Amino acid sequence: MPVQVVRHLDEALDALAAMPRAEPIAGGTDLMVEINFGRRRVSDVVAIDRVDELKELRTGREFRVGAGGDTRIRVGGGVTYTQLLTDGAGSVALWEASRTVGSPQIRNAGTIGGNLATSSPAGDTLPVFAALDATVVLRSREGERRVKFGEFMTGPKRNVRRRDELVLAAEWDDAGPAQTFIKVGTRNAMVIAVASLAFVIDAARRRVGIALGSCGPTIIRAADAERFAQGWLEERGWDRPRRPTEAERGELGRLVAAAARPIDDVRGTAAYRRHVLAVIAARAFDRLAVMT
Amino acid sequence: MTLAPPRTRLRGVVGESAPRSDAPPKTQGSFEYASDLARDGMLHGATVRSPHARARIVRIDTSAARAMPGVVAVLTSADLPTDELFGLMRRDQLVLARGEVRYVGEPVALVAAEDTEQARLATKAVKVEYEPLPAVTDPVAALQSGAPQLHSFGNVIEDVRVVHGDPKAKADIVVSGEYEIGMQDQAPLGPEAGLAIPDADGGVTLHIATQWMHEDLGQIAPCLGLPREKVRLVLAGVGGAFGAREDVTLQIHLCLLALATRKPVRMVYGREESFYGHVHRHPARLWYEHGAKRDGTLVYVRATIVLDGGAYASSSPAVVANAACFGAGPYRVPNAVIHAVGAYTDNPPTGAMRGFGAVQSCFAYEAQMDRLAKALGMDPVELRAKNALRDGDEIITSQPVEGSEPVANLIRRCAAMRSPGEPDTSDPAAMPGGVGNITRGEGVRRGTALAAGFKNVCYSHGFDDYSTARVRLVRERGEPVAYVLTAAAEVGQGIVLVCEQIARSVLEVQRVVVETPNTSIDSAGSSSASRQTWMTGGAVLAACREVRTELERRAKARGRALEDFEVADLLDEPIERTVKHRHRPTEARNETTQNHGHVAFLFAAHRATVDVDVETGLVKVVQVATSQDVGKAINPVAVVGQLEGGIAQGLGLAVMEELQLRDGQIRNASFTDYLLPTMLDMPPVVCDIVEHPHRDAPFGAKGVGEPPTISSTPAIVAAIRAATGRELNRVPVRPDDIVFGTVARSGWRVTPGDDPRKAARTE
Repeated sequence: MPVQVVRHLDEALDALAAMPRAEPIAGGTDLMVEINFGRRRVSDVVAIDRVDELKELRTGREFRVGAGGDTRIRVGGGVTYTQLLTDGAGSVALWEASRTVGSPQIRNAGTIGGNLATSSPAGDTLPVFAALDATVVLRSREGERRVKFGEFMTGPKRNVRRRDELVLAAEWDDAGPAQTFIKVGTRNAMVIAVASLAFVIDAARRRVGIALGSCGPTIIRAADAERFAQGWLEERGWDRPRRPTEAERGELGRLVAAAARPIDDVRGTAAYRRHVLAVIAARAFDRLAVMT
Repeated sequence: MTLAPPRTRLRGVVGESAPRSDAPPKTQGSFEYASDLARDGMLHGATVRSPHARARIVRIDTSAARAMPGVVAVLTSADLPTDELFGLMRRDQLVLARGEVRYVGEPVALVAAEDTEQARLATKAVKVEYEPLPAVTDPVAALQSGAPQLHSFGNVIEDVRVVHGDPKAKADIVVSGEYEIGMQDQAPLGPEAGLAIPDADGGVTLHIATQWMHEDLGQIAPCLGLPREKVRLVLAGVGGAFGAREDVTLQIHLCLLALATRKPVRMVYGREESFYGHVHRHPARLWYEHGAKRDGTLVYVRATIVLDGGAYASSSPAVVANAACFGAGPYRVPNAVIHAVGAYTDNPPTGAMRGFGAVQSCFAYEAQMDRLAKALGMDPVELRAKNALRDGDEIITSQPVEGSEPVANLIRRCAAMRSPGEPDTSDPAAMPGGVGNITRGEGVRRGTALAAGFKNVCYSHGFDDYSTARVRLVRERGEPVAYVLTAAAEVGQGIVLVCEQIARSVLEVQRVVVETPNTSIDSAGSSSASRQTWMTGGAVLAACREVRTELERRAKARGRALEDFEVADLLDEPIERTVKHRHRPTEARNETTQNHGHVAFLFAAHRATVDVDVETGLVKVVQVATSQDVGKAINPVAVVGQLEGGIAQGLGLAVMEELQLRDGQIRNASFTDYLLPTMLDMPPVVCDIVEHPHRDAPFGAKGVGEPPTISSTPAIVAAIRAATGRELNRVPVRPDDIVFGTVARSGWRVTPGDDPRKAARTE
């Protein structure tokens, strides 16, 4: 299995263009598992973990686009979870999701670009990108494509990335402090999600994003629940913190659970997934509503 | 001859927490485990395994595999040198399947190739045509008349009845319940690995990670068609065992490939293959009934226990006997009927795992004790203490307890230990769900509960159990050095330290070298049954005493006492003594299992405190406190290590560790989905080490490895019950069980104490 080690983005893109069957490897936390279990045979590998252009991390106010001084966050595809946890993720929910990924060793190796490119329904950061309505930036020798996360991931381990493209970065508008990520697993750390949820209340833009992981073939946006929360916030005012009532939390939970398309598998039952989604969604709503 | 100066104080004697010599290399990554073994020009072995739980082998075509680049040998059952069977307690398995496969993962063919990838690819090129047969995967169904017979000798591996006192005794208060244990795996971090080297005399040397070299040897040599002396075993670095290395896995395969190719052959199982390669803990169904007087005095225990032995017997006969013998718990029970049966099924084979049968019944009888306390309106700790065994009391096999701390003391001491503080709701990582950010106190309830358990130490029921030690005391550069050789396998538990500290204490020499175990010396028995301290520690003690006697004789010959000499001055000639040490004989089992079948008993109590998020069903074990009678802590830090490690394994069984089976297939053969406790799951452990010496044990030390795993599981589950009010009659407890109150039902109606071969299906 020849491995080509590249140090610059152009080199990486050239290599991918030249070898149509080549697989990029960054942290290897997904690819090596597949290879070790004999689920995948790889003929050529392009190691992109030394490419500095992929390690860009802009979370502060120095990086502004568009009018109105909005803060735009940009995380390079090669940024590791550890780097996000240390240097700031530009999103509380992304930080919380990064903390749930594997062990310290896995977090040192695994990258945001890898999580996106693998597109597992259990990918921990993916509900966050969905809830933030993030843009995935893809780059090949042909040029750059910008795809909303909702159009990027198309199914379990399927997305619109072409084999000659790399995930250059993910980008989104700073959504403020009212956001969280919750992950359910039967172990207190180092566990694949049985169900997960990202909840974002962007008071400045008057928008709510709720996305579910490990509850269907892809990351699911709970549109009815988003509308319910949005309506609730419209009614009460986006800037006045107050706690939803138990009935309101329950209704939001019900709508989230209804959006899920879970199955029974080795990690949990569909019934439990639905149940626990309603619980964590209600808790997230309760925590965030007072933060806006 | 001048009088010797006062001896410098010895460091690392019995009772001190001497540092272990293998700790730095193990923590720094330089320790050579079996998987690190290598020889120039070696080949790599790989195994073709059955994908079916039960199937007829129609034909095997190895031609494509043989033609592949780098492939040196492909072996099937047609290539075996003998028709000998292997197996730990019953020789019931062929080295490679012939005619029929009986479980998913059963070895069917072997490959040796020049590199691991070639070997792996060649296994895929071996074409095996199967005709699948209906698999029998419910052990209760396997025992009923009319079930397909999985072996020519039927589906019963072992049938043990314990009948004590009046089998029809009546009581004021009666409680009953059905319980289930899922399949736990030992999950040693070091996968099965070894290196076989063909010898010039036609024999073979096997470097192997195992728990018992001589038992392996006894199974390997006949299958190879070689005399014992032509098969030599050397212990390679063992990366954990917990029972998983009691059975032969790749040992014979390695030797066959080395002999067939005349080259060194190495085999290392991958993580997934390791789950298929070794035996697991027996899943169990248990039906219990307890009767007591109104004052809480136990009157009777009746139970029926079905253990799923899987496709081959392994150590099932002894596991079944243990589940029955210790099935009433560490309590005075004047009347008991326990009927335990091990069944052959088409599931993966099960065998030894830490706790060995005592784990399964302890979960059930401790749940019963809590149920009984509730029915009586009694404090569950007091109910236990009231009935707890003490020296002179008989267990249900009529054997009296001796040399033990009264169990009531362990229970009361454990119950009185300091409790953990209130939950820190500001840190979700410390709450149920951990880093998943689940709760900041929402839905969280705390529960605390206690459980007690026991089992035997050493081998039971008439087994000729012994260990052998050779101690050589020499003078090197003017200093005395003791060399200790035994065949005892260091599997991480610390037997090397035990031997070292005993030798240092008895011989009063600072430098003790424990040599690499091999089969040039007679057997030490297995590193199992919590027995190595008692047995190999005992053998080393006896050998050292003989060496010391010789030192005294030499001193006396020079007209003075030993104390008047530097030891080195008496070593013009080295002293060497070899001792074969036996524990006192035990009686073979009789029909009602009423006899002195065991050497001695090990007791412990555990108290668990848990926080449960009752809305999500997630659990955080906050603290486990334990009181354990260890007899004597030869090395207190090592004892604490055993207590904590055993509790981690007990916690795993309580809340997460299960190999999930469907139609005989393992659904989670990986560390991604077979969950072991992490640092965030393992709570602080408060240890109360009780030292009540047993007169037959070296320095009174009884062995410590298994009790931590026995009653920790029921204590944790009882604490979850206390927090949730749920029934929880099955381990591991799943979130569904807490959230929805799911109760496990076998689908079989069994009257506790009755023969499970006459079970009726429930509607």
